[in-house]
Amino acid sequence: MDFALTLLVLVVVLAFTWRYLGSYMAAVFGGRVRWLSWIERPVYRMLATGPEREQSWKRYAGALVVFSAVSILATYVVLRLQGHLPLNPQHLGDVGPALSFNTAVSFVTNTDWQNYAGEATLSYLSQITLTVQQFVSPAVGIVAALVLVRGFARHQASAVGNFWVDLTRCLLYVLLPIAFLTGIVFVAQGAVQTLAGPATIHDALNGVTQTIARGPIGFMEAIKELGTNGGGFLNANGAAPFENPTGLTNFLSVWLVLSIPVALTYTFGAMVGSVRHGVALLAVMAILFGSLLALTAAAEHQNNPAVAAAGVRSTVGNTVGKEVRFGDTASALYTVASTGTSTGSVNSAIDSYTPLGGLGLLAGMMLGEVSPGGAGTGLYTLLLFAVMAVFLGGLMIGRTPEYLGKKIQATEVKLAGLGVLIMPITVLVLTAVAVSTAAGRAGPLNHGPHGFSEILYALTSQGNNNGSAFAGLSGNTPFYNVVGAIDMLLGRFAIMVPVLALGGVLARKEHVSQTLGTFRTDDSMFVGLTTAVTVIVGGLTFFPALALGPVLEQLSHGSFF
Amino acid sequence: MPAGSAPAPHGVAQVRGLFDGEILGQAVAGALRKFDPRIQVRNPVMFVVLVGTAVSLIEAIAHPDTFTWSITVWLFLTVLFANFAEAMAEGRGRAQADTLRRMRSETGARRLRADGLEERVAAAELSTGDLVVCEPGDVIPSDGEVIEGIASVDESAITGESAPVIRESGGDRSAVTGGTRVLSDRIVVRITAERGHTFLDRMISLVEGANRQKTPNEIALTILLSVLTIVFLPVVVTLVPFARYSGASVSVVILVALLVCLIPTTIGALLSAIGIAGMDRLVQRNVLAMSGRAVEAAGDVQTLLLDKTGTITLGNRMASAFYPVDAHTESEVADTAQLASLADETPEGRSIVILAKERFQLRERILDEPHEFVAFSAATRMSGVDVAGRRIRKGAADAVTRWAAEEGGAIPADLDGIVERVARAGSTPLVVADGPDVLGVIELRDVVKQGIREKFDQMRRLGIRTVMITGDNPLTAATIAQEAGVDDFLAEATPETKLSLIREEQEGGRLVAMTGDGTNDAPALAQADVGVAMNTGTMAAKEAGNMVDLDSNPTKLIDIVEVGKQLLITRGSLTTFSIANDVAKYFAIIPAMFGAAYPQLNTLDIMRLHSPQSAVLSAVIFNALVIVALIPLALRGVRFRATSSAAILRRNVWIYGVGGVIAPFIFIKLIDLLLVALHAY
Repeated sequence: MDFALTLLVLVVVLAFTWRYLGSYMAAVFGGRVRWLSWIERPVYRMLATGPEREQSWKRYAGALVVFSAVSILATYVVLRLQGHLPLNPQHLGDVGPALSFNTAVSFVTNTDWQNYAGEATLSYLSQITLTVQQFVSPAVGIVAALVLVRGFARHQASAVGNFWVDLTRCLLYVLLPIAFLTGIVFVAQGAVQTLAGPATIHDALNGVTQTIARGPIGFMEAIKELGTNGGGFLNANGAAPFENPTGLTNFLSVWLVLSIPVALTYTFGAMVGSVRHGVALLAVMAILFGSLLALTAAAEHQNNPAVAAAGVRSTVGNTVGKEVRFGDTASALYTVASTGTSTGSVNSAIDSYTPLGGLGLLAGMMLGEVSPGGAGTGLYTLLLFAVMAVFLGGLMIGRTPEYLGKKIQATEVKLAGLGVLIMPITVLVLTAVAVSTAAGRAGPLNHGPHGFSEILYALTSQGNNNGSAFAGLSGNTPFYNVVGAIDMLLGRFAIMVPVLALGGVLARKEHVSQTLGTFRTDDSMFVGLTTAVTVIVGGLTFFPALALGPVLEQLSHGSFF
Repeated sequence: MPAGSAPAPHGVAQVRGLFDGEILGQAVAGALRKFDPRIQVRNPVMFVVLVGTAVSLIEAIAHPDTFTWSITVWLFLTVLFANFAEAMAEGRGRAQADTLRRMRSETGARRLRADGLEERVAAAELSTGDLVVCEPGDVIPSDGEVIEGIASVDESAITGESAPVIRESGGDRSAVTGGTRVLSDRIVVRITAERGHTFLDRMISLVEGANRQKTPNEIALTILLSVLTIVFLPVVVTLVPFARYSGASVSVVILVALLVCLIPTTIGALLSAIGIAGMDRLVQRNVLAMSGRAVEAAGDVQTLLLDKTGTITLGNRMASAFYPVDAHTESEVADTAQLASLADETPEGRSIVILAKERFQLRERILDEPHEFVAFSAATRMSGVDVAGRRIRKGAADAVTRWAAEEGGAIPADLDGIVERVARAGSTPLVVADGPDVLGVIELRDVVKQGIREKFDQMRRLGIRTVMITGDNPLTAATIAQEAGVDDFLAEATPETKLSLIREEQEGGRLVAMTGDGTNDAPALAQADVGVAMNTGTMAAKEAGNMVDLDSNPTKLIDIVEVGKQLLITRGSLTTFSIANDVAKYFAIIPAMFGAAYPQLNTLDIMRLHSPQSAVLSAVIFNALVIVALIPLALRGVRFRATSSAAILRRNVWIYGVGGVIAPFIFIKLIDLLLVALHAY
């Protein structure tokens, strides 16, 4: 399919998704969707809770953290004991402690960083356990965003919702049905779905016996993309034909990855009573996504500098490490969507991207994952930047800044600032630790700027709960397993808790009426200002690191383009 | 004073040039004193710069070279400039405080003992409840309330207004202020303020900024600046391992220089100066704000409650037309009305005489014949004159018609219609009668101040709703409201309805500002977010409000709102400018930092600076000089124009955001060229 046509179709499909999935989710979280109430009610009875029992932000955050901690523990135990548990046709042994910890944290934080090759390390039970987290971890992200949205929507309220109810509704009404329907498409297109062990094929012609990995892949693929998870069954992830068999599934993957983050802006608009405000946030996401896509697609459409240096002229762009069936631009679209959404699934080898193409992917993460970001996390991170932009903009028109009728004062700035600065500090400090220690320096495959990029990419990816890998870094060492896990935990919960607190603080505030003199937060000026704040905060914090990594590498080839 | 024209500063508010020699001198001394780390630590941004300077100094002593010393000196100057900006702003306030202090004379007081005898005590010994006697020439020793007598008092020391004011016991004009002088008559004053807590004392500490507390927005902004400072610390520190991994080495001095350039020093240096200067600008307009919080709230006000009389209208009704009834002519009405008003010294009476003269060339006459004036009384509600057998009366329609009927006259059929028409037009009808003969009607109009309509239009563009408060009936109020262009009005207002209106607005999430002077205004003043008490008002009103207008000009409310907005705009704009500057500094410093190890990175040196050292130094010099360059802006405030918020934002984003990105590229290049020209490099 022609790239321009692909983009056009994607925009149209996403527009519908935005409108209808967005309003559907608003209805779900407002408790107006009831078609599965016969499952909902027993679940609440079992949890001894219900929609009428709303929680304060502290209780909500407590429930969320406890739930995530239990998830990490349960996943860790399954991985550690997989050799003794059923659904293990390959008789794979237990997973080591460091790797189990990293993997458990990775899937619970919606990162899906994989320091292992799935088909050679994990039993089917382990893979299914991870798939469970691929459902609940995006749900946790979405409900966290929901609390912040309710903060804006509610006035003088002490409660922000009930964690268990929100989580149940998100799983029952949003993630499970969509993953089920799209999973069928994946399977129909040729993605494998079986519990039978790997197939053994004897190639009589060459006299070799091949073992072809199989497993419950097709449905995992659907939630892998829909939940902005990114962790595939097979090591080759979206480049493997059993995961991503056709051009249609490739397109479907891109659409699934973008659908929830994009649609949540409509949900936000509907819940705060102004769809225009949702459109404004969507516009910021679209501008960032478009810019990154343009950068990476343009960079990948060029000849590979190393290939050009060998005197070979290629007219099909940089095809090193890319599936021929997808080509340069469709691969770029897939990876930009994946790194811009905290998904991190790949259909091509990012390590083989041109330095600038790789920069486009890195930038998507370094901006804090808001283009359009992960399920829920994208919306709430962008709202943090919006709060900062509103604060500056509000001052510049001579008013105490307000966003959606809520005054942005010291507490709000403090929480938003905390949420914004955690990620760059975590990533930079851990990268510094990695490049300063022998264990860290042992990781990268390459030396010089490219080696630096490999480390920076790995820790940026985990700190932003993205999970895509530059490859080239040997991550399965005790050092990278533990540092990575810390990175992922901080990148997830050290931001999520301030976000929940912000939601709680905002919900308690009274509503200030808007007048002509109020800073408009639904027009192009706001979009420009929020985009600028996002880019400047990300740019200023990572400029030196980027200069020593991809920028230096690219310039070593002569010029930017 | 016509609305719209800025009041000429006087009294407390001496006009001082922005760079008054005396203030400058004191500011330099103050800037040096502020190097005390205990003072510095209050400003996290500048504290980091101070620590950086110390690190750089140690480096310069350990490994002396020109570059390291230059950077150290310029870092030191950065802190000095920041201190200087704050000292400048404080100095301006202190100069005003000194003027006030000079008049807080240490004269004695004549205390009245319980036995009725006077005793001389020092003013310092007075306590609340004491009675003191003041006679012409005496300085009133402390704040108090007149409980006996009436006197004219010279309050120019506080208000700058040279015309004396009347202070009398009872009513709304009983409050006197310590430090003012009695010009005539004898009054007995009950002291209401403790020593050290008088109005004058409060004024002094306010303009000095002695116990200035950070306002809510200032606190929020300080947090934002701290966030930006905290985030740049690891950015710079992690460069050491990054560079080492990449095989490059970076010097400590360059790292310090980079850190100082990245953290928002420009706004960090000017933040407190902006706040102090905001208060100062209010004082220059003769308004005393009891807290910075109130000034900030003024910028947020969404509803202005304005008294009709004195704010929207000139305060006095003026005769504007004569309407004859029955077979009488207009000039007949004018002539009789003028005759009836000759002795009427009220502004209304004068205006009738003047209108008759203007319209019918009726000169003011001296009455030769024996005559007797009938003064207005609340009981009769009319006034007039008895001359040459004629009994002429003018007054309220019902009173005069009843009187004419009693005299035996008939009421003309068209009178009621005219009276009603005049009333509906928002004017007051006065009926004129000559004995039993009803001649016609005088229309007294409320005259709306010139230019007030434009002011309200500006307010509307800023999103501020104006509500007129009046004791008039709804019909009259509606007409004036329409003429003046206010958004709403409250007719037949009482202190209770005023208070409930404020509460209603606040429940809708709006901030309300109002002016008031009487004791019965006190609850509403206290309830309003910004309550401006008139200095002529009672102590209760002054205590309840959070600002006092020394000129007692209610139109000033609009100025106050503008000052509040300007304060926030200045902070926001300079913050944006400060952050935007970082882009150019990166492009200057990063290539300079790694250019030696990786010449490829010189591609990023888009300014083509002379050498790595000159590049870093130029950035640091720019960073220091921009503080000095922006001091006038910080003290004066960013220009404020009453247009839509979108237009204000667009303007400031272009100037301080986009301009903030571009300007440093130009100036760093210029400084670099200058350094080369001076053969520094």
